[in-house]
Amino acid sequence: MKNLSVRTIVAIGIGAALFFVLARFVAIPSPVPNTSITTQYGLLAFMSALFGPVAGLLIGFIGHFLNDLSAGWGVWWSWVICSGIFGLLVGFGCKGISLEDGKFGKSQIIRFNIVQAVSHLICWAAIAPTLDILMYQEPVNKVYLQGLVASAANIVTTAIIGTILCIAYAKTRPQAGSLNKE
Amino acid sequence: MIRIFNYIDRESPIHRLTGASKFAVLILWSIAAMTTFCTPFLVALTILGLILFSVSRIRLREVRAMLILTMAIMLLNNILIYLFAPEQGVAIYGSRDVLFTIIGRYTVTKQQLLYHANVILKYTSTIPMIILFVATTNPSEFAASLNRLGVNYRIAYAVALAMRYIPDTQNEYHDISLSQQARGIEMSKKENLFKRIAAAASIILPLILSGMDRVDVIANAMELRGFGKNKKRTWYMGRKFTPVDILCIIFGIMLVVFTTVYAMVNGSRFWNPFI
Repeated sequence: MKNLSVRTIVAIGIGAALFFVLARFVAIPSPVPNTSITTQYGLLAFMSALFGPVAGLLIGFIGHFLNDLSAGWGVWWSWVICSGIFGLLVGFGCKGISLEDGKFGKSQIIRFNIVQAVSHLICWAAIAPTLDILMYQEPVNKVYLQGLVASAANIVTTAIIGTILCIAYAKTRPQAGSLNKE
Repeated sequence: MIRIFNYIDRESPIHRLTGASKFAVLILWSIAAMTTFCTPFLVALTILGLILFSVSRIRLREVRAMLILTMAIMLLNNILIYLFAPEQGVAIYGSRDVLFTIIGRYTVTKQQLLYHANVILKYTSTIPMIILFVATTNPSEFAASLNRLGVNYRIAYAVALAMRYIPDTQNEYHDISLSQQARGIEMSKKENLFKRIAAAASIILPLILSGMDRVDVIANAMELRGFGKNKKRTWYMGRKFTPVDILCIIFGIMLVVFTTVYAMVNGSRFWNPFI
């Protein structure tokens, strides 16, 4: 933690602010009444791939915590912790992808999406329900069903929004070795 | 623009506590309430929370919106739990006293009612504290207080940055959303789901790319001022601990100790009156 660069610290702050705004204001109305599809995990996957696991962990944790704190429904520690873990997992899984150098082709897209899908499943279908059972002793079938539905929705939105973000960001970066001698 | 943190500036003993001790108590209180199923203890926490609420001189109508939202979620969650597992309480408490039957497997047992009471009490014991924390802690002091509690100041600073830039990001989101809608982007229920997600992306994309630019600008400014050079830093909003703060933190620690000891002595986390 001590050798976080200044840029990473700022990215954590701004990332958490973006996470907050997306979670709060950019919810897509879904066909199921009273549920909406959240978009913030696309951002979180992108930021984790770009700035690494520690940044991902903190963006998810701080962003989700501040959102719960301000929304007033109480802080759901089990889900706050999982947002952090999701950032961490994606950060580790995308270690070799260097978005900074503008490299995000087909193989990187496939890798990014496999990583995000697996991380979502680990977080929302395994860790979050288990924490809910530990904290609230909620019925097993209820929490795992909730978890599966949540991970399915998150995987889809992350696949669309996260991938678009990575491609768009990579395009804005100058590619390493893109200059040719004539 | 709406205010995101419902901080209400007022003179009260709770307001006078430092943000650090309030945050520590909030965390310890939450841990205690989350881990235990000792019903009398949860009732005591709820009553204590309500007493603290009146001490803070925050009026109920000032936090009404938050309360209604919480109640709605609490109700929905309880209904879901009952629909999925009407026998959850029986499984936990190991006995079965049927009061009456609604239909089919949906019976109402004393054990199930106690279990639901526990779930509800877990909310009612923590929600007043969270509302209290938000209403009585100056957001700027929050970051300073994290550092005081031993969180690395770089991370505390990231939290401060996040809180500083949420309103800006929110304004920017609003501007981008309006200009994209003026260009004909539809995000309401009239479009199909995938088109809606793609429409959301067309707002998020400029928002995040401009956020990335902002990262570079702020990082440069901070580096020019030598951020991160020293091992410590001072905080504009930082305050010193008073004896009352220390007492509060000790009280918070005692709550956690109590639940741990209770679980060990009792042999389980549940208070079981049915044995």
